[in-house]
Amino acid sequence: MKSFNYERASAPEGAIHAGAAKGAKFLAGGTNLVDLMKYGIESPSTLVDINHLELKQVVANPDGGVIIDALVRNSDLADHPLIKTQYPLLSQALLSGASPQLRNMATTGGNLMQRTRCYYFTDVNFPACNKRAPGSGCAAIKGYNRIHAVLGQTDKGSTSGESCIATNPSDMNVAMAALGAKIEVEGPKGKRTISFADFHKLPGATPWIETALRPDELIIAVTLPPAKFAKNAYYLKARDRNSYAFALISVAAGLEMDGDTIKSAGLALGGVAHKPWRNLEAEKALAGKATSPEVFRRAAEIMLRDAKGYEHNTFKIEMAKQGVVRALTLASLGTSETQGTSEGTQA
Amino acid sequence: MMADTAPTPAKQLDHRYEGIAKVTGKAKYAAEFSQPFPKANLAYAYIVQSTIPNGTIASVDRYAADLAPGVIAILTPFNAPKLAQGPPQPPARRNLSLLQDKDVHYNGQPIAVVVAKSLNEAKAAARLLTIKYVTKPAQVSFRERPGDARWPKNPGKEPAGNHRGDVQAGFAKSAVVIEQTYVTPIQHHNPMEPHATIAWWEGEKLNVYDATQYISGVKMSLAKTLDIPVDYVRVINPVVGGGFGSKGSMWSHVPLCAMAAKATGRPVKLVLEREQMFGPVGGRPSTVNKIKLGASADGKLLAMQHDVIMNASAMEDFTEHSAGPTKNLYMSESNSVTEKVVEVNLGVSTFMRAPGEAPGTAALEIAMDELAEKLKMDPVQFRLVNYAENDPSHDRPWTDKHLRECYSQAAERFGWSKRSATPGSVTEGNALIGYGMATATYPANRSAAQAVVRMLPGGRMFVGSGTQDLGTGTYTIMAQQAASGLGIDPSLVEVKLGDSTLPKAPVSGGSQSSASVLPAIQDATTQLKLKLADLAIADIASPLHGLKTLDIEIKEGKLFNKNNPSQADSLADLIARNGNKPVEAMGSAEPSESKDSMTSTSWGAVFAEVAVDKDTHMVKVRRVVGTYDIGTLLNKKTGLNQLVGGIVWSISFALHEEAHIDPVYGRVVNESLAEYHVPVNADIGAIDVTVLNIPDIKFNPIGSRGIGEIGITGAAAAVANAIYNATGKRVREYPITPDKIMAARGLA
Repeated sequence: MKSFNYERASAPEGAIHAGAAKGAKFLAGGTNLVDLMKYGIESPSTLVDINHLELKQVVANPDGGVIIDALVRNSDLADHPLIKTQYPLLSQALLSGASPQLRNMATTGGNLMQRTRCYYFTDVNFPACNKRAPGSGCAAIKGYNRIHAVLGQTDKGSTSGESCIATNPSDMNVAMAALGAKIEVEGPKGKRTISFADFHKLPGATPWIETALRPDELIIAVTLPPAKFAKNAYYLKARDRNSYAFALISVAAGLEMDGDTIKSAGLALGGVAHKPWRNLEAEKALAGKATSPEVFRRAAEIMLRDAKGYEHNTFKIEMAKQGVVRALTLASLGTSETQGTSEGTQA
Repeated sequence: MMADTAPTPAKQLDHRYEGIAKVTGKAKYAAEFSQPFPKANLAYAYIVQSTIPNGTIASVDRYAADLAPGVIAILTPFNAPKLAQGPPQPPARRNLSLLQDKDVHYNGQPIAVVVAKSLNEAKAAARLLTIKYVTKPAQVSFRERPGDARWPKNPGKEPAGNHRGDVQAGFAKSAVVIEQTYVTPIQHHNPMEPHATIAWWEGEKLNVYDATQYISGVKMSLAKTLDIPVDYVRVINPVVGGGFGSKGSMWSHVPLCAMAAKATGRPVKLVLEREQMFGPVGGRPSTVNKIKLGASADGKLLAMQHDVIMNASAMEDFTEHSAGPTKNLYMSESNSVTEKVVEVNLGVSTFMRAPGEAPGTAALEIAMDELAEKLKMDPVQFRLVNYAENDPSHDRPWTDKHLRECYSQAAERFGWSKRSATPGSVTEGNALIGYGMATATYPANRSAAQAVVRMLPGGRMFVGSGTQDLGTGTYTIMAQQAASGLGIDPSLVEVKLGDSTLPKAPVSGGSQSSASVLPAIQDATTQLKLKLADLAIADIASPLHGLKTLDIEIKEGKLFNKNNPSQADSLADLIARNGNKPVEAMGSAEPSESKDSMTSTSWGAVFAEVAVDKDTHMVKVRRVVGTYDIGTLLNKKTGLNQLVGGIVWSISFALHEEAHIDPVYGRVVNESLAEYHVPVNADIGAIDVTVLNIPDIKFNPIGSRGIGEIGITGAAAAVANAIYNATGKRVREYPITPDKIMAARGLA
């Protein structure tokens, strides 16, 4: 890897100051960034180590929600009493991701910034990747694209400088999207709040721009609104092995129930798009309805509307539909305590 | 009869000989040594690989790399020393990429070596090289090109023994016929320890620490490749972190490391990165197995036909004999097999985890399940009806075979009688539950080997052989064998292996190390006993002085007069009285004459229970039960551990492992352990392994057949058949991933 400067920040102000240098990157858990540096994909001029910032609390918000500091480790967050009892969907999603060793290092803010696992992005020896080398094209379109997107991708052909069919690999993000989280960030120009839906971007014409975070901004915290789905939540993840594998498809389903009637729903898909895939129309279609396979199937159809598959990943469309129905069904039956643990995974 | 001739089992060590050294970090792997070479001079080499699948290297711009910090040397096809190497002799000596020409045959081929003062500096400089190519059209896939299939170059024509009887007549008279195609993927070995070499020269003499399954092979191959006398090469490798076949041959990085050491005049260390193990160090080819089976209405196999095509590297042919089991696993009136290759621009294929039998049983044993179902027969009963009492491929007896007992014992332990023959009929919540079974088989191999033993002061012993321990237990069983020769406790034995200055032993591959090396140790201890007896007879201070050699017996660390057991001398006293000088004896052994008149094979029956989720289509292998006939079990801990490990690899074969090749550039896209899936703990349920432990003394005097690979055979098909029993879906292409289950017609 290329040489770089290393700075250790002790307060957010200092971190933001150091992070404003050209080519600087913040280092939290390092579980993704350091790998990408070794592969020659990221080459920051300066690494600003933020691990010593006092951003490690999970606290109840006076508005009834919860504030999760950016440096809360994935394992601590999954196991936090407030999260386990009020936001089991998030706890389940976190525990379905990576391995215990990685979760012990990975942070909330870092997970938001996790980059795609697209093979053509992570191997510099492939000549075409618009994320890695803007304008070079997208080798995945005519390549081995089993892990790629079926929704919201930009496909103007493999040689177009805009094309990108990569997916966001995070499980945490999918649950946070369904929960309607917000992201608190701070930069030289001050603080601002970004809604979760706006934080991650679709590739559009600029697939190398992945989030709304500006290069000089630091993620301070994620806030969750007051819990609605504590009693009826399910995170479903279909994958090639029972642990330590990225989702083929995943579904975060939360239901607010009134008897057998759905008052409101939160629904998001992982593994299918450049960002956690949410469609408010599907959530609206669920609201006010009594639970039934037909109602769930309809929500699934809305979620996958306009999906387009490739040579190796068309299966994701039907698998995601089945996953939505299953996750909504299990959520409607009530949150199980074993869900999200290794004992509670499917099969 | 068996009881009269069976050898007395050696006393077993309860723990691995080298176990404590390994878990305390004292055991040194090849890359970990820091002596006897001058450590301060140690340089680090990094291999640069091609980024195109076919063509020639037009130029290497090294200006920036040469100026990079720490760089000592850069070897490219434009400046590498020319080697007077003889032609390769695959598979003993592979066709290597040693910078002797500018041709590129696959994406990832070694094309340059950067040597620097640190690994990071070498790697950073490697990224600064600008390599230009003249590209040629590449073929990287083969399945759509059956017309390009040809006989392997060795023998270059159809091999003998491919056909027995008249299969067409057999199919014509069959009441039931199935014909299907079964596909196994390209796999890469991925041992935990990457390939690694440290090379240093002492004048014209070359020393290497090398992560290898075959120190004698590396020694020979290095000498031939570098054109130096064999005796000038020493190879050391005391422990190996797994090999799975990929360390059975010497690959390009080993001579490249030696060349770098020569060019720089320094000791050089070269460790492959995980990503570099997907191509330059071999892999298992993909096999497309077209299988047709015909049987009479009462289930007798009348014809078996198995035609295979597989990918072979443009650099070198390698045949994965996946049709092998079809020739002799069952008795059939007739059979016919062919195995052809299609050239592709990929790295060289090689032996990997039960070569031949792993993909072969994975394919054939699904076909057998399909035919059993069509016959409405229980799958175990169907196999018993076609039990091969003799080896049908050679029309000769087995040295030993107790496969019937394997079927019955494993079926009983598993609870096979509870199986519902109707697919999709057992559910638990959202999961479909299924049972499946298959036969396991792997040939028992044996080669010539030599060993040395020494009686040491204090009643201790030494045993040495130039073999290897891949983590399989070679140290442990060598100690046991040496100890049993003199009837002493195996904890009193010091073992040395993994050094080419020791007596020669074969490659630790093909499940043959124990069957080859232990008889050599047995021979050596027999010689040692004679020497010790003669020493006592000549020793006037010995109570046995003056006796005849034949009158003396040695056991429990003592020498006795057979005719008067109270007349005894202790081995420790004998050595002490004779100046504490060790007494040494050499031994050797080679395959017995019966090898051409009989066939030696290990057997097993393996049963699996799976749960398949109806919506995610994910599979959990809840239980596997296997019973194996592997001759004598030499050590309970290391032996059963190998069988369990083999079953884990077979589950991996069934559900997880596959190297995905980019269809345009021919690179392996999932070249890391995050994306090249092998099972994790959550994928493995209960594994119950037992062995019959019946010695096969017609195979070798120890009665033990190899155990390293048979666990990998059969279980994959047992899992596939269980998935069918659970779901009614026949997936005929491995690995059986959720998308394939979803796409198959059936119930889930």
